[in-house]
Amino acid sequence: MMFGTVTVFDRRLIENFDWGLMSITSMIGLLGLGVLYSAVNAGDPGGAMHALFQKQIIWIAGSFVIVLVSISIPYKLFDRGSFIFYIICIGLLVAVLLFGKHVAGARRWLALGPITMQPSELMKLSLIFALASVYSNTVSESGIPFRHLIKPALLLLLPFTLIALQPDLGTALLLLFIAASMTLFVKVKKSVFFSCVIAALSAVPIAWMFLLKDYQKGRVLTFLNPDRDPLGAGYHIIQSKIAIGSGMVSGKGFLKGTQNALAFLPEQHTDFILSVLAEEWGLIGCCVLLFLYFMLLLWGLNISYCCRDMFGSILAFGVTIMIFWQIFINIGMVMGLMPVVGVPLPLVSYGGSSVVTNMIGIGVLLNISMRRFVMV
Amino acid sequence: MKNPERDWLKKRLMNTAIIILAAFALLLLRFVYLQVVEGDEYRRLSKNNCIRLQSIPAPRGMIYDRNGTLLVDNIPSFDLKITLQDADPLNDTIDKLADFTSIPIEELMERVDAGKRVSIYKPLLLKRNITRDQLAVVEAHGFDLPGVKVDVEPMRNYIYKKSAAHVIGYLGEVNLQEIENNTYTDVRAGDSIGRYGAEKAFEDILRGKRGGRQIEVDASGRLVRVINTVEPIPGKNILLTIDATLQQKTEEIMEQYTGAVVAIDPSNGDVLTMVSSPSFDLNDFIGGISSEKWKALISNPDKPMANKAIQGEYPPASTYKIITAIAALEDGVVDINTTHFCPGFYKYGNREYRCWKKSGHGRVNIIKALEKSCDVYFYKVGESLGVDTLAKYAVGSGLGKLTQIELANERPGLVPTAAWKKRRFGTPWQGGETLSIAIGQGFNLATPLQMAVLISAVGNNGTIYRPRILKSIQDYNEPIDVSKNLHSEILGGLPASNQTLKLVKEGLLNVVESEGGTARLVRIKGVDIAGKTGTAQVFSLKKSDRDSKRKFARHLRDHAWFVCYAPAQSPMIAVATIIEHGEHGSTAAAPVASEVIRTWLELKGIIPKAQ
Repeated sequence: MMFGTVTVFDRRLIENFDWGLMSITSMIGLLGLGVLYSAVNAGDPGGAMHALFQKQIIWIAGSFVIVLVSISIPYKLFDRGSFIFYIICIGLLVAVLLFGKHVAGARRWLALGPITMQPSELMKLSLIFALASVYSNTVSESGIPFRHLIKPALLLLLPFTLIALQPDLGTALLLLFIAASMTLFVKVKKSVFFSCVIAALSAVPIAWMFLLKDYQKGRVLTFLNPDRDPLGAGYHIIQSKIAIGSGMVSGKGFLKGTQNALAFLPEQHTDFILSVLAEEWGLIGCCVLLFLYFMLLLWGLNISYCCRDMFGSILAFGVTIMIFWQIFINIGMVMGLMPVVGVPLPLVSYGGSSVVTNMIGIGVLLNISMRRFVMV
Repeated sequence: MKNPERDWLKKRLMNTAIIILAAFALLLLRFVYLQVVEGDEYRRLSKNNCIRLQSIPAPRGMIYDRNGTLLVDNIPSFDLKITLQDADPLNDTIDKLADFTSIPIEELMERVDAGKRVSIYKPLLLKRNITRDQLAVVEAHGFDLPGVKVDVEPMRNYIYKKSAAHVIGYLGEVNLQEIENNTYTDVRAGDSIGRYGAEKAFEDILRGKRGGRQIEVDASGRLVRVINTVEPIPGKNILLTIDATLQQKTEEIMEQYTGAVVAIDPSNGDVLTMVSSPSFDLNDFIGGISSEKWKALISNPDKPMANKAIQGEYPPASTYKIITAIAALEDGVVDINTTHFCPGFYKYGNREYRCWKKSGHGRVNIIKALEKSCDVYFYKVGESLGVDTLAKYAVGSGLGKLTQIELANERPGLVPTAAWKKRRFGTPWQGGETLSIAIGQGFNLATPLQMAVLISAVGNNGTIYRPRILKSIQDYNEPIDVSKNLHSEILGGLPASNQTLKLVKEGLLNVVESEGGTARLVRIKGVDIAGKTGTAQVFSLKKSDRDSKRKFARHLRDHAWFVCYAPAQSPMIAVATIIEHGEHGSTAAAPVASEVIRTWLELKGIIPKAQ
C-alpha cells in the first residue's frame, strides 16, 4: 500500500500535470478578484484595500496550498475515505443545527475558532465522493436496478433534510440536482427512471394539499416567483436586472458601475456579484466569463473521459456537474430566470467555504487528470 | 476493478456536453436580451437609480379604556425629509432649508451626517412633525430645495394628555443596538417603539407590519409611477382595564398630593384606576422630548416619571396588621377570645414600644385591635410569631415579590427575614425588630399595587389574582367590542382559612363602620366599606418630639396609607392609597380612597349620584 503511494509519485506525474485546467482556473479566479475588488470598493474609490478583498485573496492562496497537497494523494484513496468524509460532514451539519450561528433567520454557519464555515458547502463534495464510490461498484451497461438505488437515495436524503432544516432550500436543491445528474449519468433502468419521475410528480400535489401550511406555501410561491415579494427578493431581482442591462454591450467601465456603487444589492459581493461584472464590463465581459466557464466544464468532462477507472470517471463527472449547476443556478437567478436562492458563483463570489470547496473540486480534477496514464 | 466501456462513456459525456452547451446558450440569450434589446431602457433606469423602495408605515393600534373610550389614536405628522442623492448641491440646500424653516442648521447637519452613513438613496428624516408654517414655506420653495420633501406619517395623539400617563406610556426612537440585536421584528432605524407603560408592554400587539412600494422617480427625485405596492397591516387595538372617568376623577383628587392610588376589581384583578402623582404630559414625548422638559422631569424631587403605584416602595405600616392578624390566627397564637391589655406602650427588654394612642386601648381582642389599630396587641402577637413566620405569611399574601402586572420595572418590595438581615448587614436579628415588623415598620416595604392585590384578595375571600391592565385585544378592522375579556389569571390564595378571613374582615369593616374605627369619618351612605389605615414613619422621632412634629419639614412627615374594599359584603372595588408625607392614614389617605369608591359605585349605579 505505502509502497504504491510512493512509487506513483514519480516524474511522470509532474510531466502530466494539467497546466490547461490550471490556467483556466487561474483566469477565472483573477477575473473574479477584479470584479470583487470593484464590488467591495463600491462607492468608495481610492479607499484602502477592503478587508473582504484581502480575506478572499487569503482564501484563494490557502486553497492553492490545499490543492497542491491533495493532488499528491492518489485519488483512489478517496474511494475508501469517502465514507469517513461523509460521516464528518453529516456531523458538521448536525452541529450547525445545534450550535450554528443565526444569521437572517437561518442557521448555516459554524464558528470554528476564528473562522466561520458553511458545512453545507463541503457536503456537496462529500456527497459526490460517496456517490462516485457507490456507483462505481454498481454501474452496469443495462442500467442500475431499483435495489441498487436505495443506498444512494439514503446518502442524498440525510444531508438534504439536514440542510433543508437550516433552512437553506437552495443548497438542498443543489444537492438533489447533483445527485440526480450523477444517477442519470451512470444510467438507471428505464422502468426505474419513469417510476421515479411519476412518483416525484405525484408527490408534489399531495405535499401541497396536505403537508404544507399556508405560510410555507407562501414561502414556496415567493421562492418560485420573487414578484410576490416586491420589497424583498423581487426588488433585488429588479435592481440586479437594471445593473446587468445597463451594462449594455461594452459596460460602464471598471469601478464605474452606478448600481453597484449604490449598494442596492445586499449580496453584491457574494450571490449577486455577476451583476457587478455585467454592469461594468457589459456583454463582452459576460461572454468572456461564460466562455471560460464553458472551457472549464468541457475540460472536466474530458478528464472524466480520459480516466481509466470507473470511480475516477464518475468522480470527475460529479465535480464538473457540481460546478455547472452552481454556475447555471447563480447566473439564472441574477437575471431573473430562477428563484432567488443562496448559490454562489464558483471561483468568483466572495466566501471562504465556497472558494475552498470549488478549489478542492478543481484539485480532484487535477488529481485524476495527472494520473490518467498511471497503470491501475 | 473493471475498465469503463469507452464508447458508452463517450456517448454519455457527449450528451452532457450538449446539455451544458444548451444551458449556456440560454444564459447567453438572456444576457443579449437584457443588455442589447432592453439595454437602453435599463441604462436609463440606472442613471438616477430610478427604481426605489418607499416604506409605508403601519398605523399603530389604538388604545381604549374598558368602556371603549378612545385614549390614544394617531394623527398625521408632517415629517421633513431629504434624499441626499437628489439634494444637489447639498450644503446650499441645507442652508436654504434652515433659513426657510428656522430650524437650527446644526440640528439639520447632525441628522445629515448620521444619514450619510446609512444610505444616500433613502429619504432621511430631518425633523418630525413640523408646523403648518414650516410646511407651507417648504412646499412653496419646492424647486429651491431639491431632494427635500414632507411625508405625512401617523403620529401618536394622547387625547387626555396627563391622564393615565404612567399606565399608557409613550414611544421613543429605536436605537442602533436594538436594531443590531433584532430586539423587535420588522423595525428599522427611525421607527418609534413603546418605551413606557402599555405602549411598551404591548409593543408587539400595537405595532403593525410596515408595507412599502416600489416606485420610479425622475432625476430630481419626483415620483413618476408606482410599480408595486404592499399594503401595511395596522397594529391591533387594545382595551385597557382602566375606566377613564374613574381615572380622571382620581387624578383630580390626587392633583394636590404626591403619592399613588390603585383600584382593582376584586373579582378578576382588573386594574380600574392607577394614578401616580405628580404625572407628566404624554404629548411632550411625541417626536422626542426636549432636553429642558426632560431635565425638569427627572430633577423634580417628587419623581413624576416614576409610577409610584408599582415602583414606590413604602413601609406598609398598620396596613400590614392584616398580615400579622392572618398569621396570628392561622398559627394559633390567638383566637377570637384572646385579649391583650394595651396601656399605651409595651415594654420589651429595656425599651418601651409605644402604641400610637398614648392613653392606650385597654383590653382588646383581634377584631378590636384591627378596628382601633392597636400597636401593643400586634407587638405581643408579633413577638409570639417571630419574624420568619410573619415573613412566610407576608410572602404567601403576595408581598416581597412582583405582582406580575404587565408593566415594566415593577419593584418587589421587601419582606425581611432573619437570614436576609444576616446576609444584608452581617448582624443577627434583634427581637425588638420583630415588634416593628409586626406593625409594618422597620425593613418592611410594599408597593401600593401589592397592597391593592392583598386587600382585594381579603375582600374576595382569599383569591390572589394577577393584576392586569389589558382587558382585550381587538383586530384593527373590527368594531370595538367591550364585552370581550382576556381570561384572568389566579396566582394563588391567601394563606388563610375562611374562619380567619371572616374575623379579619369583621375587624376591617369596623375600621370604617364602627364608632371606634380609625376611618369612621369616610363612610359612604348606603355602602359598607372595609379597610385599614396606616401611618408610615419616614423619620424616627424621639418621644419628646412626637407631639411637636407639625413643625417638621414636609419631607420628614409620615406617609399616609389606606387600603379598603367595598361594598364589604360583595366587593366590587378594592383600593390602595398612599399619600406621601400625608401624615395620617385616616385623615389624608382614607378620604381619597373613599372618593374613588364613591365614584365607582356611582358609575356602576350602586348608589345614586351625589347632587
